[in-house]
Amino acid sequence: MRLTPKEVEHVALLARLRLTGEERERFTTQLNSILEHFEQLQQIDTSGVPPMSHAVPMSNVLREDEPAPPLSLGEALQNAPDQDRDCFRVPRVIE
Amino acid sequence: MSAEGKLNELTAHELSGLLGTGQVSAREVLAAVYGRIDEIESEMHAYVLLTREVAEQQATEIDERRARKEKMPPLAGVPLALKDIYCTKGIETTCCSKILKGFVPPYDADVVERCRRNGLVFVGKTNMDEFAMGSSTENSAFGVTRNPWNLDRVPGGSSGGSAAAVASSEAVVAMGTDTGGSIRQPASFCGVVGLKPTYGRVSRYGVIAFASSLDQVGPIAKDVRDCALMMNVLAGHDARDSTSIDAPVPDYTQALVGDLRGLRIGLVKEFMQYQGRSVDEDVSLAINGALARFGELGAECEEVSLPHLNYSIPVYYIIAPAEASSNLARYDGVQYGHRTPGADADIVEMYSRTRDEGFGAEVKRRIMLGTYALSAGYYDAYYLKASQVRTLIRRDFDQAFERFDVLVGATSPTVAFRLGEKTDDPLAMYLSDVCTIPVNMGGLPGMSIPCGFSADGMPIGLQLVGKPLAEEVLLRAAYAFEQSTDCHQRRARPVSEADGRRSAVARAGHDSA
Repeated sequence: MRLTPKEVEHVALLARLRLTGEERERFTTQLNSILEHFEQLQQIDTSGVPPMSHAVPMSNVLREDEPAPPLSLGEALQNAPDQDRDCFRVPRVIE
Repeated sequence: MSAEGKLNELTAHELSGLLGTGQVSAREVLAAVYGRIDEIESEMHAYVLLTREVAEQQATEIDERRARKEKMPPLAGVPLALKDIYCTKGIETTCCSKILKGFVPPYDADVVERCRRNGLVFVGKTNMDEFAMGSSTENSAFGVTRNPWNLDRVPGGSSGGSAAAVASSEAVVAMGTDTGGSIRQPASFCGVVGLKPTYGRVSRYGVIAFASSLDQVGPIAKDVRDCALMMNVLAGHDARDSTSIDAPVPDYTQALVGDLRGLRIGLVKEFMQYQGRSVDEDVSLAINGALARFGELGAECEEVSLPHLNYSIPVYYIIAPAEASSNLARYDGVQYGHRTPGADADIVEMYSRTRDEGFGAEVKRRIMLGTYALSAGYYDAYYLKASQVRTLIRRDFDQAFERFDVLVGATSPTVAFRLGEKTDDPLAMYLSDVCTIPVNMGGLPGMSIPCGFSADGMPIGLQLVGKPLAEEVLLRAAYAFEQSTDCHQRRARPVSEADGRRSAVARAGHDSA
């Protein structure tokens, strides 16, 4: 087994997912079976092969720095689950 | 054409002619589409939202402008279904996730703007796998869509609602997105035409992101000409998407010449068998039949092997979840979407409970997989390795395109499978994308067109793949093939196996069902 339930718990914390015990068990089994399938990649010799992160060879796409009308405050906040005095409201992060 | 109820079965180019000469109005066409929806949507569930008021307003405006003799774009008045992944200003957009329930975008996606400018009429938002992660539309948070050829089967995914809507004439054309096959595979399962353009050909601005280096926008249509007309609407540079290609946009309908002399077509061995496992026999027969037809039409056909395509599944299921785990970090219950109530004591607790409640199982699985593949100590073994093999896949394609203009093969190894058949086995579900995924890896244009039917009456798709920006070559090959068969003229009549009947197939305009 590549991944233990404890590691699954750690990955879930990194991903900000609070899994139930049942989800943790299920993901451990399923992720292990998927990772096992991935093992075959190790057979391929990739020495000297550059990684490909993009299909189109483009970099540093620039545009003129011209001001344009942004979303209004009302539009930006219209979907917020919680707001207060024109701000997004979140739980306290500073004691 | 006299009966209003049949207008919805016509193609966009047929309707364009009738609308242009004033023989029918946009409102009549729209009424025919909604008539069909009223009749079968309760069984199909292709849509998650119908936008009747918006559509009626758009259709009325088109009719009024025509009455004033304004010159209108070719598709003005044609009813369009939009996958629920496109931001539509003032219209709820959920990506079929609980976490975005109630989200009303303050702006339109670039392609939505283009569709509005071209007078397409927005019928509604279609069902999809949550965040486009899936191959059957069963991962939607808002119910399953059925295959119009057989209600016990899946429509494919993730653009299953769009493909089902077009196939059942609940829309005339539709928009999908394709990250690993999500336009082509459902088009194949539903017997319609789907095109995934070259990465960068169509703007992704305002399209909810899944895997940004793979996602691409494209049309689903009843035939190849409709697909070309839609490409005329969609393609073009957009400064708001930094990966958008600034290249001239041709008139894609010019490619529809019906002549294949001199075209070199390669049948990709790995599109017919993956790691030694062959595609279904019915599929194989249909594809080989299509290849023979291409030969009769004047193309030179040969088999070719692209060996690294045998690794596409692991490469894709490392790269796509890695990108997704990053893209989906934005759903944190702060700026938009769902927030779990009563979790306000601690911010990490609020994020984690919100995300656990808001995301479905497959989305969580992929976020977990991607987070793991990118985490310290595993990055080289998974993400870096996969990105290197991605280079080898693209090189295989580049080499093949030195010898061939178009590569072909199966779109999917099987016809549409049964609802529930693969939901408990994620890996089996992943394998249904084996023929389409490599094309996204390479950023190449790919297309699926109907090429036959299985013994049990389900449509089979032929996949065509081209060089970067060679959509015209694909359309040319697809059009010549299509004109030599009647596959694209058959229309689905939704029935269930439980009725003890096979899917009834009838030619458009010649049926009484």
